[in-house]
This record gives sequence, structure tokens and C-alpha cells, in this order.
Amino acid sequence: MKRPLLEVKNLKLHYPIDKGFLEKEQNYVKAIDGVNFSLYENETFGLVGESGCGKSTTGKAIMKLIEPTDGEVIFQDRDISKFSRSEMRSVYKNIQLIFQDPFASLNPRKAVGKIIEEPLIVNSNLDSKARQERVNELLETVGLHAYHASRYPHEFSGGQRQRIGIARALALNPKIIIADEAVSALDVSIQSQVLNLLRKLQRELGLTYLFISHDLSVVKHISDKIGVMYLGKIIEQGTKDGVYTKPLHPYTKALLSASPAIKSENRKERIVLKGDMPSPMNPPTGCAFHPRCFAAKPECNKILPELRDVGDGHFVACHLYNE
Amino acid sequence: MKPLLTVSGLKTHFFTDEGVVRSVDGVSFIVSEGETIGIVGESGSGKSVTALSIMNLLPYKKGKIVEGDIMFQDQSLVGLKPKEMRAIRGNDIAMIFQEPMTSLNPGYTIGDQISEAIRLHKKVRRKEARKRSVDLLTEVGIPNAERMVDEYPHKLSGGMRQRVMIAMALACDPKLLIADEPTTALDVTIQAQILELIQKLKNDSNTSILMITHDLAVVSEVCDRVIVMYAGRVVEEASVKEIFESPSHPYTKGLIDSIPSIDVEVEWLKTIKGNVPIPSQMPTGCKFSPRCQYAMERCTKEEPELTRFESGQKSRCFLAKEVKDETTIIRSQELEVALSD
Repeated sequence: MKRPLLEVKNLKLHYPIDKGFLEKEQNYVKAIDGVNFSLYENETFGLVGESGCGKSTTGKAIMKLIEPTDGEVIFQDRDISKFSRSEMRSVYKNIQLIFQDPFASLNPRKAVGKIIEEPLIVNSNLDSKARQERVNELLETVGLHAYHASRYPHEFSGGQRQRIGIARALALNPKIIIADEAVSALDVSIQSQVLNLLRKLQRELGLTYLFISHDLSVVKHISDKIGVMYLGKIIEQGTKDGVYTKPLHPYTKALLSASPAIKSENRKERIVLKGDMPSPMNPPTGCAFHPRCFAAKPECNKILPELRDVGDGHFVACHLYNE
Repeated sequence: MKPLLTVSGLKTHFFTDEGVVRSVDGVSFIVSEGETIGIVGESGSGKSVTALSIMNLLPYKKGKIVEGDIMFQDQSLVGLKPKEMRAIRGNDIAMIFQEPMTSLNPGYTIGDQISEAIRLHKKVRRKEARKRSVDLLTEVGIPNAERMVDEYPHKLSGGMRQRVMIAMALACDPKLLIADEPTTALDVTIQAQILELIQKLKNDSNTSILMITHDLAVVSEVCDRVIVMYAGRVVEEASVKEIFESPSHPYTKGLIDSIPSIDVEVEWLKTIKGNVPIPSQMPTGCKFSPRCQYAMERCTKEEPELTRFESGQKSRCFLAKEVKDETTIIRSQELEVALSD
């Protein structure tokens, strides 16, 4: 059995809600509420879910950009969730983040070369000349050219900016890259270029990805394993084929059938869910999905189903699969 | 079918400090009664500007229709006085916008906002307008419409707000509904709900729908006919079946191939090289030629006309027939493989 590169154990992040003067109890928004998964070397773990399910928060909590409330993040035998800011610096050498919005995540007043160089200044002992060389090398790696280093972000298109973001993330030779909706803001013809680039980099540099997205087709394309999130919890997890060809949880089934597809001949009957995702401030009792579920049983609104193994590395949190 | 809206040779240009931007440059198409048409394109293709030109909602003084005509029924919409246009907008032609979060006024109740649309065009009493609002909200699937009509927009989720927008657009039984990226800001399960609603609307009424989107999958689900735009031009027009089975423009073909499929697994996605051209650096000849895998020398010099096949499919490419034949063969092979599995 291969050992995981990064293990997320029972990760929780609860935001306190402003307490009214007369209210006695402190309430919390449970943005993520007990998430478990492992990243294996050179594999991609895809985290899918709709807005508000906590997928992006999970990425940020791993990086400690937001302090997690509870749980462990094991990287190289150490729990990085308890690290101090200065200790985290060494972790950032190994774990990097690519952001969703290529327009907001690059400093408009810095030349592209400087943007990519910054992690090298902070976290490596290369001299100025070596850094320049590394920047040029990185630009070539992501399909840009060395002469782009002196240009500013506004001179680039969305796809090119995302490439710059990727180059910056690669600067320190990280082991893990967390890509948070990395292609969502791009046009389809550009999206495919960036997805191919990510795959090529994974092959060449042996990278491990945590790929966070709402787009089921994109996640399927890039991932080896998949976790489906709903209201702060992973409700189904398994290999790509397991989750996509044999979805078990009613939410996963609905999500897959709701995703629009071009080839309509092999479209199964669409399951259209009623209602919206409930507010995490006031989640339903029992299984959080039961008010929208088409297969809900009486116990679903009382007992919270645990994520359980159903064989072949497939896990599901649903009462339908209790023996 | 009788044509409802005829756009012919439309050119909408923007006059900016950096020069003239030809956002829409010679676009022609027809929307017939009861038909659902999709306009597809990437950002900067001019699809939204086409919609704004029809609605006469171009930014004041900056954007201008410089050439061409937009005929709605027997009336030209170009050069109408603001008052005349207001009588049509929201009445005969209604529009749904992309952002349900920002297109409702947070200071008024939903009922007030729908009633306003009704009372602007029809002489009805406040009470009747309110009753009609409740009916409309029920029609678009808002639970407890009777109570919700007095709620403010902030109480509603994104999907519910988009339903309210649709209810408002339907308030005066428009003949043409323009939907600009109506599901782009929504989650997939909510998108499925809204698409189902649009489908229902299509079946139950004779409203023509002009759907503007970047999402080919959405188009394949609701539209009858598709117009593909690139750099301010129509590059292909065809029925939904034809566009996906035998696209005849390299751009359409590239666009379809670059979407990862949920059914078919591929190692590498097909891509269209390069980027969408920026307005100040428009290529000469065919605007797609720098990114086109079929480009010949001729393509960089002259721009192809929009030529028509017998079936009604149109393509702006010198090699339209070759591309179409090639894709037809590939698609049928793919289908055989899929069937033999």
C-alpha cells in the first residue's frame, strides 16, 4: 500500500456567527465539517460540489490561509495544521495554490518576471542571476516566452494570465498544487489548453494535484480520485470510474444527470432536484441532503449517515447503503 | 414559419479612446415565430452586444449601430425614439440577464418589481397587477408565491432570483425573449431547474427565445438552431443536430472538440491554438485564420463569405464543404465505435 503524500483528517472549519446581545448560545457556520481524504503521489484528487459546499474552504484550510478549527493535515509525517506562520513557510515550498480569477490574482503593478520571481526571493537562496534564469525557464515551461518577463499582467489574456499563475506556483518545485477552480474563468478553447498544460506538467514533474471545481466534466477529465462535497462534508468518494459510472449517493446521481451534455442520445432520464442547498448556518437534521432527496427514508432526517466503505475504495454517506 | 426578428448586416461599433472597436461587424440572422435560437461564442465574440443592439440598450454615446437594420415584425428598431422603444422593450421583447444578483432592485419587493413591468405596459389596477404577479411567480415554480410576492430580493437564492427575473420578463407575454447567459451564474442542479423551466416555456407558449451563451451543452439541450459567432461575425449557422454532427467551420469544430466530455475519456483534449484576437489587433482576411488548423494562404488575404449549404447550414469558410465532410466521417466512425461497445 502506497503511503499518502498528504492526509486530511477530520478537518473542520467553523465560523462563529455574530451573537446578538440577548442570545445565549454561540452559533457557528460549519463551512467544512469533518473532511477526510488523502493525496497520493503523482495523482489528482478532484473535489467537486456546488457553491457553498466548502470545497474552496477546504483548499484554503489545508494551506492555513484560513485557520482550521479542528482536525489534522499530515504532510511529511507532521501535522501542518498546528504550524506557526514561520513554520508554514517551509510548507509553502512544497504546496502551492493556483487561484480561480486570473485577473485578480496577479499584482497589476508588477512585471510578470517579478511576480514569478517573488516566491524565489522569499523561499530560496538563489542569487539574482540564477533567479532570472529560473523565471525564463518557468515561462517556457508554461508555454510563454522569456521576453514576456518584462511585460505587465494587463497585456495578457485570461488564459495567458492563468499560465503566469501556474508558473508562479511551480517556481519552488512544489510537490503538491492545489488548483482552486483554475480553469473556470476561461473560455472553452483556452480551458482545454490549460487542462492539457496541467496534465503535461504532472507527467513531467511528478506533481500531485488537489483539483477543486464545480465542473463535473473537467474534474472527470483531470482526476484519478474524486470526492463529492455537500454542505461541508464529503458525501461520496472513490475512483473516477467508480464515482462516474456507478454513483451511489442520490446527490451524486442528481449532479451527474444535471450536468448538461452535448451528446444527448445517451442521456439518461434527468433528475431535477427540488429546492436549493440549505444554509450552512442552519443545516437540516440528520442527512443534510434529505430535504432535496428523491430517495429519502424516515430515518434520514434523524440520523446522520457516516461515510462508509462499500468496497473497491468507494465510500458513501447514505442510509440507502446500510446492510 | 413567419420571421419575427430579422437582423441584417448589423454593425455595432464602440468609440473608445483607443479607437473604434468593431464589436459586431456585419451580423445577419432571422428568428422565426416560436423558434429557439442560440448564439454561441467566447468572450469578445460580440454575442452580448448583438443582444444589447436589439434591445437598444447600448451604452449612451459610446456604442452605436453604424450600419444595418433590425426589423421586429414590420417595424425597424434602429433609430427609434426612446419613448417608442420603451413601448416595445419589456412588452414585445423582454430580456433576462446573466446576473440575477444584480439585476433586481434590492429596495423594492418582488411583487412591486413585477407589477411595475405590468403596469408600465398595460392599463390595469394595482391589485390586478399584484394578482398577475402571484400567478407568474407560481408559473415559474416559486413555492408560496402568495407570500413570496412581498419579499425583498435578498431573501431569495440565486436560482429563485433568476426565476423572478423570468417571471418579470414574461409579465407582458413577450413575443421574443432574449436570455443572455441565463444559467451561467448558477450551480448545475439549479441550472437544470432553470433549463427545465425554459423548456416548459418553449412548449407551452409561442414565445421565440434568443439564447445567448458560451456553453454549447446548454445550447444542445434547448435550442432549435445555433448561430456561432467569432470576432464580431457569424461564422456558422445550422440546426442543433447539424452543428454537433457535422460542423462545417473549423472554429465550431474546435469548440466542440475542446470540451471535456463526461461520457468519453481522452488522454489529451483537442485545443484551438492561440487566443481570441483583441480588437486593436484584428487579423486580416479570415479572423480565425491565425488559430485555424486548416488555414491556407488565401485565408490571410481575403475574408470568406457566409455560404449556404442545401440543408440551410451556413459557414464562413473557404473549406466549409471539406470540413463538413471530414467531420461527418469522423462523427459516424465515433458513433460506430460507441455503438459497438
